[in-house]
Order: sequence, then C-alpha cells, then structure tokens
Amino acid sequence: MQKAPFITSYLTEHTADDAFATLAGYRAHGGYEAARRALTQMSPEQVVELLKDAGLQGRGGAGFSTGMKWSFMPKDSDKPKYLVCNADESEPGSFKDRLLLERAPHQMLEGILIGAFATGADKTFVYVRGEYAHPANVLQRALDECYAAGIFGANCLGTDLRHDVVVTRGAGAYICGEETGLLESLEGKKGQPRKKPPFPAQFGAFGMPTTVNNVETFSHVPHVVAKGADWFRGFGTEKSPGTTIFGVSGHVKRPGLYELPLGTRLDEIVFEHAGGPPDGRKVKGVIPGGMSMPILPASQLDVPMANEFLRERKTMLGTGGVMVMHDATCMVRVGCIITYFFRDESCGQCTQCREGTGWLHKIMQRIERGAGSPADLDLLLDVASKMEGQTICAFADAAAWPVQGLLRHFREDFEEHVKQGKCPFPESFEL
Amino acid sequence: MVISDAVRSAIDAEIAKYPEKRGALLAALHLVQREHGWIAPETAKAIAEIFEIRAIEVMEVVTFYNMFLDRPQGRHQVRVCTNLPCSLRGARELVHTLEQHLGVEAGETTPDGRIHLGHEECLGACAWAPMMRIDDTYYENLDAEQAKKILDSLK
Ligand SMILES: Cc1cc2nc3c(=O)[nH]c(=O)nc-3n(C[C@H](O)[C@H](O)[C@H](O)COP(=O)(O)O)c2cc1C
Ligand code: SF4
Ligand code: FES
Repeated sequence: MQKAPFITSYLTEHTADDAFATLAGYRAHGGYEAARRALTQMSPEQVVELLKDAGLQGRGGAGFSTGMKWSFMPKDSDKPKYLVCNADESEPGSFKDRLLLERAPHQMLEGILIGAFATGADKTFVYVRGEYAHPANVLQRALDECYAAGIFGANCLGTDLRHDVVVTRGAGAYICGEETGLLESLEGKKGQPRKKPPFPAQFGAFGMPTTVNNVETFSHVPHVVAKGADWFRGFGTEKSPGTTIFGVSGHVKRPGLYELPLGTRLDEIVFEHAGGPPDGRKVKGVIPGGMSMPILPASQLDVPMANEFLRERKTMLGTGGVMVMHDATCMVRVGCIITYFFRDESCGQCTQCREGTGWLHKIMQRIERGAGSPADLDLLLDVASKMEGQTICAFADAAAWPVQGLLRHFREDFEEHVKQGKCPFPESFEL
Repeated sequence: MVISDAVRSAIDAEIAKYPEKRGALLAALHLVQREHGWIAPETAKAIAEIFEIRAIEVMEVVTFYNMFLDRPQGRHQVRVCTNLPCSLRGARELVHTLEQHLGVEAGETTPDGRIHLGHEECLGACAWAPMMRIDDTYYENLDAEQAKKILDSLK
C-alpha cells in the first residue's frame, strides 16, 4: 500500500483514508461538486480565466501556466479534440503522481472533467507508465464507478457535455514522459519525440488538437474551482502559487512525501521535515527536483523551492523530487548513475543526444575507476555544452544539466579521483 | 491458435477505445505477453495481422519498450531498482545478495527457468528503498533476508 504523506495540505488531506479512492468516499468530501459548478454555472472561458488568475503552473516539470495552455486549444475546430493526462512519472526521484493515482484517483478525474469542459475536448487519454500496474487498476476502478454514476459518458453529471476517459498503459520507456514522445506511444508507435512546431494544441494525438497535463496539475484544478483564485494564491509565492508534493529520498531519516507550499525552503524540507541524514552525518549535496535538475551543495540549501529562486542557483524545481546525499557520498559515482540512466533512455534520434549521453557515461566511468586525466573534466563540460539546445526534445538538456551541476559544485571530487588514481570515498554507496 | 479467443476479444475491446486501431497496440502486446510470457515471432505476426501493419513494425515497438520481451525470460521478472535514490539506500548491495542467492548474475535467468533477475531504473518508490518489482507487484523497504524469502516463495 502507498504510504500517506508526512505532511498534508489540500491535495493529500484524505489520502490516508482508503475510502477516498472510492466514489462514495470522495463524494463525502464534496467530490465532483466543483465540476458540477463549472459545468452548470460557468462558461469554458470563465474556467480558463479562473485558472489563469490562480496562476496554476504545470507540475510535470516545465512549470507552464495551465490556464494559458488550455486557452491554446482551437475553439471553432470541427475536429475531435483530446486531453492527455501524463501519468508516465519516470523522472528518477519522483513518486508523487503514484500517490495521487492510487489514493486520490477521483480528484484527478474531476480535474480532467473540468479540463474537458474548459477546452471542449471529446476524450482524455490517461497515459500511465507500464510499471504502475496497481495504480492503473485503481484508476480504472474509479473510472468504472464514474461511468456507472453518469459522471463521464454521454451526459456528464446530467449535462449535455459528452466526455470519455481511456486509461492507457506505457511499457517502460522514460522518454514517453516527454509530451510528444507520449503522443507517439499513444498512437502505438515507438515513443520518439516529434519536432515542434507543430505543437500538440494544433497537431497532437492522432493528428488532432491536444492538451497534455500532468496528474498533479489536474488534481489541483477542482480545488481552484471550488475555492477560487485568491484562496489558491494564499499558498506559495507570488510567482509560484499553490502547494506541491515534494518526494524526499536518499540519506534522510524520514524519506517520503510532503505536501508543502511552493517556496518552502529546501533546508526546511531536508532537515526539519525529513530529519536530515541519519547516523550524525552531514549533508553533502541535494538534487532539488528530480534527476534532470542540477545538484546544490550543502551551502546553498537556504533556497525557497520555487523556480524564480532556484533559477538564481542555476537549477529548477522540476518534479519536486528531493534527493539527499550525505558526506560519505562519491559525487563521481552519482555522476555514473545519472549518465548511465540518460545513455540508456535516449531515444536515439538526435546525434548530439545519442552520442553525447554515451560519451558522458564513458568519461564519467573512466574518472570513477581512477583512469581519468585532468583534461577529462573539461571534456565532460565540452560534451555537455554541445548537447544543450540542439535537439528535438529537452531530454538532451536534461542529460547535460546534472553533469554541469556536479562539476560546478563538486569539481574537487573529480580532481581527487584523477590525482589519486582511485575513488577517495571508501564509505560511499557501491556502484 | 497463436492468440486465444479470450485475448483476441480483449484486444478488440481495447481497439474500440481509440480513434485509430493502432492506438491499442501496446495494450495488445501487454495482453499477449501476459498469456505467453514473451512476444514470439509468430505472435508478432498474428498481432501484425490484427493491426494491419507489418510484423517488423510490431517488433520495432517490442524492442523499443523495456517491458516487452522478445525472448523467453523465465516465469518471474524480478527487477531491483538501482537508480540513484535506491542506490543511496543499499540497492546495489541487495542485487549482489540476490545474485549470490540465486546463483546467477543480473541479466540472467535461473537454470530452472523460475526467475529472471535484472536491474531497473526508478520505479516511483524512491522513499521506500531498496525495492524490487516482481512481475506486476512492488516490494518495498526490503532487507536482504526478506527479499530472499520472497524469491524463495516464487513458483
Ligand atoms: C525527457 C522528459 C521527460 C518527461 N517526463 C514527464 C513525466 O514523466 N510526467 C510528466 O507529467 N511530464 C513529463 N515531462 C514534461 C512533459 O513534456 C510536459 O511538459 C508535461 O506533461 C505537461 O504537463 P504540465 O503542464 O501539467 O506540467 C517530461 C519532459 C521531458 C523533456
Ligand atoms: S534529444 Fe534525445 S531523447 Fe530527445 S528526441 Fe533527441 S535523441 Fe530522442
Ligand atoms: S530510485 Fe528506485 S524507485 Fe526511484
């Protein structure tokens, strides 16, 4: 069973309660009343404006305004339009969407229904990563309940809105989280990202106008509709409103999920909430937002967890996956794991990415073994810089950034490997 | 019959959910693999016929996705996550223990065909590391003894 978060707010308030995953349990807490209100008392434009006013930003990694994204869907098109709920959650260090799928599926489905009304979409595909068999089953059960209760189908909530939801399963490929890789996969193909433009709002799933949003993004929507933009802006910072669910992993006493306002300081999350490293160890570095985001050293944890502040430290919120490493950790080994992952998951379409990820891993391993040369450090940075901004999708950037972050803050670890000809951290985790 | 009637009708039900037939290809491969354990060439051919595409297109999809197997790999897929958060909490030591316990290396199948042991990338369970996936089920917060017992209980 999925463990409930240590700290909850509006998204996760009832996730410890098994009944909350059922329609009756969800309705006991006012479930689907926000959707009813949107469908019967608001226009689609009003819903979009409300989300813009609330300032809800996507929680899938890129942080784009949800209201804006919904407004891009063509209004006078006679083609079918689709929503996609991105439940591919494969960013290492991220495990919040799994909780929302397993413990609060109706909250997400209500967000989807509101999104369908606001964008005029005919159908939603929820793309669940293949390994999430249990979450997909829980979601399918919740969806079956919705159909039986007339929440989805020909007359959603008794209105003349027609909307269907389909649960689709992936099959183990990180790149299918990238929205156009996802669309290809949804069409039954290899999940290789598409060149943009055209953007999904014009040419998306099966060639039709499509909007892609993350599981958590949809889950915020009923709360915004029920309680309003000002209420939502009562959480978080001026530029990054609302809460998010931070997943804390690695060397801390209480790894787990924490729903906190955006802008909560990273050191508060790591030390006060998660208890800091066990065994009297000190923190060495923290990856703040999933593996694609550059690491921060212990001296820079006084940063509020919102993009406007994290950017000043050359990193980003990403998916809010906070990975903590204590002082015995070898940062070159960390680099080996990171570069292995990206080498393995590159879809191979772009030369810079396919070759670059291979090189990064090779050089990283050479240094770890103690066989690197002083020039290898700059070679890593050179390869990384040639991967940035050159490719079909942002995967190559996501592979380059963490390497740059490690060398920015832990260059000494790399230099010591080269100098000593071996790993100087005998107590580090094994490779 | 390469594809049973039950699976065939489940595939047809999936096809009905998509605006284009091919949207159901991944779902069909999951269904077939659950029944056969892997996607054999003749199965790929039968699937290709259903979807009115070439067998090679089916195989391209099979080989792109980690979860689809293009060769038989034992009755149970045991995958220990060795991505960073799990490695920080002992996942690689766990892999070594299980390798010794089973007498095979990661990436191999036990001689009795019972277990295929492998690594996997992050499975969305980072706070409950180390962890492993066996077929469709997650086992979290493992210690070596527990993990060995779980493997021993597999038929
Ligand atoms: C390599 C890569 C992997 C991604 N993986 C995911 C993912 O697993 N889940 C997700 O929601 N977004 C992922 N994204 C972001 C999506 O492309 C997209 O921006 C997001 O789903 C939009 O939803 P949002 O606006 O609600 O955040 C990924 C992006 C890239 C470049
Ligand atoms: S950047 Fe990498 S993952 Fe993205 S399309 Fe190019 S090769 Fe594929
Ligand atoms: S790193 Fe193992 S589950 Fe995330």
